[in-house]
Amino acid sequence: MAEFLDSLFSIFFIETLMNGLLLGGILALLSVGLNLIFGVIDVVWICYAEIIMVGMYLIFYLNNDLGIHIIPSMIAGILFSGLVGWLTHKLVIAKLIDAAPINQLIATGGLLFFFQGAAMIVFGIEFRNMGVSLGSLAVNEDIYLSWTRLISFAISGLIVVALYLFLSRSYLGAAIRAISQDKEIMSLMGVDTKKLYLLTSAIGGALAGLGGCLLVLQYDVHPFIGLSFGPITFIICVMGGLGNMVGGFIAAFIFSELITIGGYFAEIEWGYVLAFVFFIIMMFVRPEGLFARKS
Amino acid sequence: MNNKNFIGFLAVFLCLLPLIGVKGYPLHIVITILIWSFAYTGWSIMGRFGLVSLGHGAFMAMGGYITALLWNYFGMSPWLGIPIALTITGILALIVAYPCFKFRIVGHYFALVTLALSEVVRQVIIATRDYTGGSLGYTPEPHGEGWSIYAIQFPDDRMVFLYIAVFTWLVGIIIWKIIDGSMSRYALEAISEDEDASSAIGVKVTKEKLKITILSAVMTAFAGALYCQYQMFISPDTIGGVGISLQIVFAVVVGGIYSALGPTVGAIITLFLAEILRISIGTATVNLTENLTINAAGFPLFIYGIMLIGFIIFLPKGIVGGLSDFISKKGETSLNAKSSNAK
Repeated sequence: MAEFLDSLFSIFFIETLMNGLLLGGILALLSVGLNLIFGVIDVVWICYAEIIMVGMYLIFYLNNDLGIHIIPSMIAGILFSGLVGWLTHKLVIAKLIDAAPINQLIATGGLLFFFQGAAMIVFGIEFRNMGVSLGSLAVNEDIYLSWTRLISFAISGLIVVALYLFLSRSYLGAAIRAISQDKEIMSLMGVDTKKLYLLTSAIGGALAGLGGCLLVLQYDVHPFIGLSFGPITFIICVMGGLGNMVGGFIAAFIFSELITIGGYFAEIEWGYVLAFVFFIIMMFVRPEGLFARKS
Repeated sequence: MNNKNFIGFLAVFLCLLPLIGVKGYPLHIVITILIWSFAYTGWSIMGRFGLVSLGHGAFMAMGGYITALLWNYFGMSPWLGIPIALTITGILALIVAYPCFKFRIVGHYFALVTLALSEVVRQVIIATRDYTGGSLGYTPEPHGEGWSIYAIQFPDDRMVFLYIAVFTWLVGIIIWKIIDGSMSRYALEAISEDEDASSAIGVKVTKEKLKITILSAVMTAFAGALYCQYQMFISPDTIGGVGISLQIVFAVVVGGIYSALGPTVGAIITLFLAEILRISIGTATVNLTENLTINAAGFPLFIYGIMLIGFIIFLPKGIVGGLSDFISKKGETSLNAKSSNAK
C-alpha cells in the first residue's frame, strides 16, 4: 500500500513539474516584452497584461465571430497589439517622458482601467472560450501533457531566442541595447531616441499579442484576465533584474515551478501565495534582482 | 476662504444632514464617500512623498477581514477586534516596509513589491475560502435584532454611521494637517528629493519612512474595518487586491495629492461618476452580433482610465491642487516641484 502511494505520488509529481516547466515557457514570453520596454525606456507598463487581453479578444473575435482562420487571426492580433503598444508610447508615455517615473507608472495604471472598461463595453463580462482542443501527448501511460501547452512552450522558447539574436546581432538591436545603457549619450550621437522608443514599444506590444495568441488557446478570455497574469509578470521581471532578459527568463521558470508545486500540495492559490512571498523575501535578499551583476 | 473654518463648517453641515430630512440612498452615498475619503487620505499621507504604494488594498482588506473573522469565530467585539486588526496590519506593514527602506527599494520597485503584497493578501483570502468565503465574500454575523453598540452594528439606521464616518473623516484631515505642519514633512520631502543628501544632514531616513508607512497602513486598515461594519459585507475584490490599490491611487491623483481635501474630492468624483453612470446608463446591453454587445457597465472603468491619464499628464496636482494654483496664480504644474503646498 505504501509503495503504491509512493509511486502515485511521484508520477503525479513529475507531471506537475513538467506542467510547471510548460507554464514557465508562457510566463517567460509574457515577461520578455515587459522587460524589453523597461530595459530600454525605463518605464513599467502596469497595463501590459491588459494589452495581452486586447490581443486575446481580437483573436477570439476574428476567429469565433467572423470565422476567419486561426492563423491570420493570430497575425492580426499580434499586429494590433503592436499598434496598441506604439500608441501607448506615442499618446501617453511620450508626454510624460520627463515626469517622475512613478507618474508614468500611474498613467499606465489609467490605461489598465481604460482597456478593462473598453473590453467590458464591447464584450461584456462573460468568460469566452475558443473551444480549441488539440488533445494531449501521452509521455507514458501515466503522464499526459496537453499539446497546446507544448506548442506554446516551443513557440515562446523560439521567440525568446529570436529576440535575443535580434538584440545581440542586428544593427537596430545594437541601437536598442545602447540606448538602454545611456540615453543622453545616444541622443548626442545622433540617434533618434524617440523613434527607437516607439519601435521598442511596438515590439513590446507585439510580444504581448503573441503571448495573447498562446494564452487564448488555453484560457478563457474575460475583461479582468490581465489581473491574473499581470502581477506575476511584473514580479518575474523585477526578480530577474528589471531589463535583464536572461534573468527574467530563468525567474519565469522558478516562479512557474513554485506555483505548480504549491498547487500540487494545496490549492493553486497557495502556489501563488508561495510565489509572491518568495518574491518579497528575495527582494530583501537581492534587491537588484536575482541575477544582477554586482557593480 | 479659511480652510480650517471651511472643513469645520462642512463637518457640522454633514452632521445636520439627517435632521434636514436627508436619508436612505443619499445618506448612504455620503457615508461611503467619507469612509473612502479616510482610506484615500491614509494613502496620500505617504503618496505625497513619492512613496507610491500599490499595497493599500492589502491593508484595507486586512482591516476588514480580521475584524469580521474575530467577531464570527471568537465572538470578539469589534471594539477589541479593530485595534487587534490595526495592530496586525501595522506589524505587516513594518515587516514588509522595513527591509524595503533598509535596502533602498524606491520608486517603481517599491510600487511593485507592494503590488505583490496586494496579491498575497488577496490570494490568501481566496485560498482560505473555508473560513473567509473566498471570492464570494464574507459577512459578519448580525448580533441579534436591531442596534448593537457591542458589535458596532447599526442596521437600518444610517444616522449613527454618518456620525462615525464624519468623525473619522475629520480625524483623517487633522492627521493630514498635523503631518503637514510637522518636522517629518520636511524630512520626508528632503528624502523624496535625495536620500543620500538628507541622510548626510542628519535625517533618519528609514525611521521617518517607516513611521509614515505604518500610520498610512493603519489608517487604511481602519477604513477597511469601518467599511465592513457599515456594509456588513466584504469581498476580496471590493476592499482588496490590485484593483482597489489602483483605485486608491486614482482617486487621490484626481482629487489632489498635495492637498488636505484632495482625497475627499477624489472620493466624491469617483463615487459620483460611478453612480451617475450607473443610474443614467445603467447596465443596459445592446447586442450588435452574437459576441459583440455594447455593455454599459464598462463605461465607469473606461472613463476612469481616460481621466486618470489626462490628470497625470495635464494636472498632476489634481483638482484641488490645480484650483488653488489657479487662484493663487502660482502656476507650477510639475508633480516634482513640491510647491509651498496647496492649502
